[in-house]
Amino acid sequence: MVVSRTSERLIWRRRTGFTSALVWMGWLIGLAVVIVCVQKIAAQTEWFFVVDAPAQGADMFARMVPPEWSYGAQLLRPIWDTLTIATLGTAIAVVIALPLAFLAARNTSPHGIVRMIALFTIVASRSINSIIWALVLVAIVGPGVLAGIIAIAFRSVGFVAKLLYEALEESNPKSAEAIASTGASRLQVVSYGLWPQVLPAFAGISVFRWDINIREATILGLVGAGGIGLELNASINALEWSRVSVILLLIFVAVIAAEAISARIRNAVT
Amino acid sequence: MAEITHSVSREWKRPPFIRSSRLRLFLIVGTFVYLVVALASVEVNWTRVAEGGPRAMRFILAFFPPDFTSRGSAIVSGILESLWMTVAATAAGVLLAVPLALGGARNLAPKPVYMVCRAIMAVTRTFPEILVAIFFVKLFGFGTFAGFLTLTFATVGFNAKLLAEDIEAINPASAEAVRATGAGWFSWLAYGIQPQVLPRAIGLAIYRLDINFRESAIIGIVGAGGIGATLTTAFDRYEYDSAAAILIVIIGIVMVTELVSGRVRQWIK
Repeated sequence: MVVSRTSERLIWRRRTGFTSALVWMGWLIGLAVVIVCVQKIAAQTEWFFVVDAPAQGADMFARMVPPEWSYGAQLLRPIWDTLTIATLGTAIAVVIALPLAFLAARNTSPHGIVRMIALFTIVASRSINSIIWALVLVAIVGPGVLAGIIAIAFRSVGFVAKLLYEALEESNPKSAEAIASTGASRLQVVSYGLWPQVLPAFAGISVFRWDINIREATILGLVGAGGIGLELNASINALEWSRVSVILLLIFVAVIAAEAISARIRNAVT
Repeated sequence: MAEITHSVSREWKRPPFIRSSRLRLFLIVGTFVYLVVALASVEVNWTRVAEGGPRAMRFILAFFPPDFTSRGSAIVSGILESLWMTVAATAAGVLLAVPLALGGARNLAPKPVYMVCRAIMAVTRTFPEILVAIFFVKLFGFGTFAGFLTLTFATVGFNAKLLAEDIEAINPASAEAVRATGAGWFSWLAYGIQPQVLPRAIGLAIYRLDINFRESAIIGIVGAGGIGATLTTAFDRYEYDSAAAILIVIIGIVMVTELVSGRVRQWIK
């Protein structure tokens, strides 16, 4: 404990003078960086538009209400496509991520070089957002649901594989050793010693990613990769705001429902 | 001595993951049916996919070597814009998240305040950043300001929710001890709650900085500034070698920020 002495009494301090100066320096540098960034943005901003924004917003809101409910019937197919993109994309990702995670985990990887390659694949997949994947894939396989499915799959492989290989590395080595001591082969050790340990985590991760993917699949249509985003883009471009509000409500409900389902399943398996 | 009885037919089987056999059957059949229906509903234009082969080759070949120079200045300014947006929006979002988190913590706030704050969090977290960006671009015009607002909006919901959960999980004894000294509400916050959640809150802010950079790379697609705008331009002009260069830069920065943020978060803990 650090104490500072004033004329008549001792006052408790959390840090010594030097560390508190360091902490202050840290905050000061952080603040300076933030101010510079804000100034850069402010210099680029057309303030005329910003001043006008509240009026624009009120106008937009007035056009959105009341929502054109009858339009909802036309949205069944797009929302089904969105669900398909998320679900099939997650399924493909899980199938690819499973072996990848075993190659990437320190305790199951067959070789150091294989591990490096697997880790690099995981990082590359994770670093690129699904909408960028979709942008690339729409150029390659053409617009539509297929591009969306592959985009979601590519993005999710890294996510699922990373969490799974971390679970593998954290697994208890004793049960693997126990199986190995019975003379089991390497494959049997993995199947009886490690796999049961990570199976609940694996199920949980997959469902978690599915829930994220529902959210991501709603926007892939903006670049042409199918689903409800296509309708949203069309309605915004046609300035049909009363349809936009229906779509937004539908997305909201779908995302909240997916989150609730995924939370329940994850509670059940882990 | 008793005879050893051999039960040849009995072999140990591992217990199934889903114990109820009825649920298991239902899930297997359900999955199968869903897969058939879903796959049947996917419309694929195979001739278009086949045409994509050469394009895919062109795209992959563009990475060897990527073209950093011909769009060099656009890439640099795009990255800088992304960084400004990221930093400013994270700072603003983290600050705004604090009151929302206080209101959304069940052990601090009365029920009505709690409900309102939680509803705000749900709404701000549900919509993907790029969707929010579309609206901010419509309202505030193209450029980094719309991007800054988008990232701030997303940060508020995310940080407030996680921070509120941290506040709910604090040790109530030490908060109560501070209250017992006769401290007012603000001193109670500052000495009873804040020290318990500050390390986690800083970790969260750094984590969000990392996420915001990734998001800043895509909201440019709808006109909200940053490197995403440069990337879409490159794609629209079929300049795959420049696009490859931009993707490499994004991956590189994401990897570095992830590494740094992981280190810093570990160090703070």
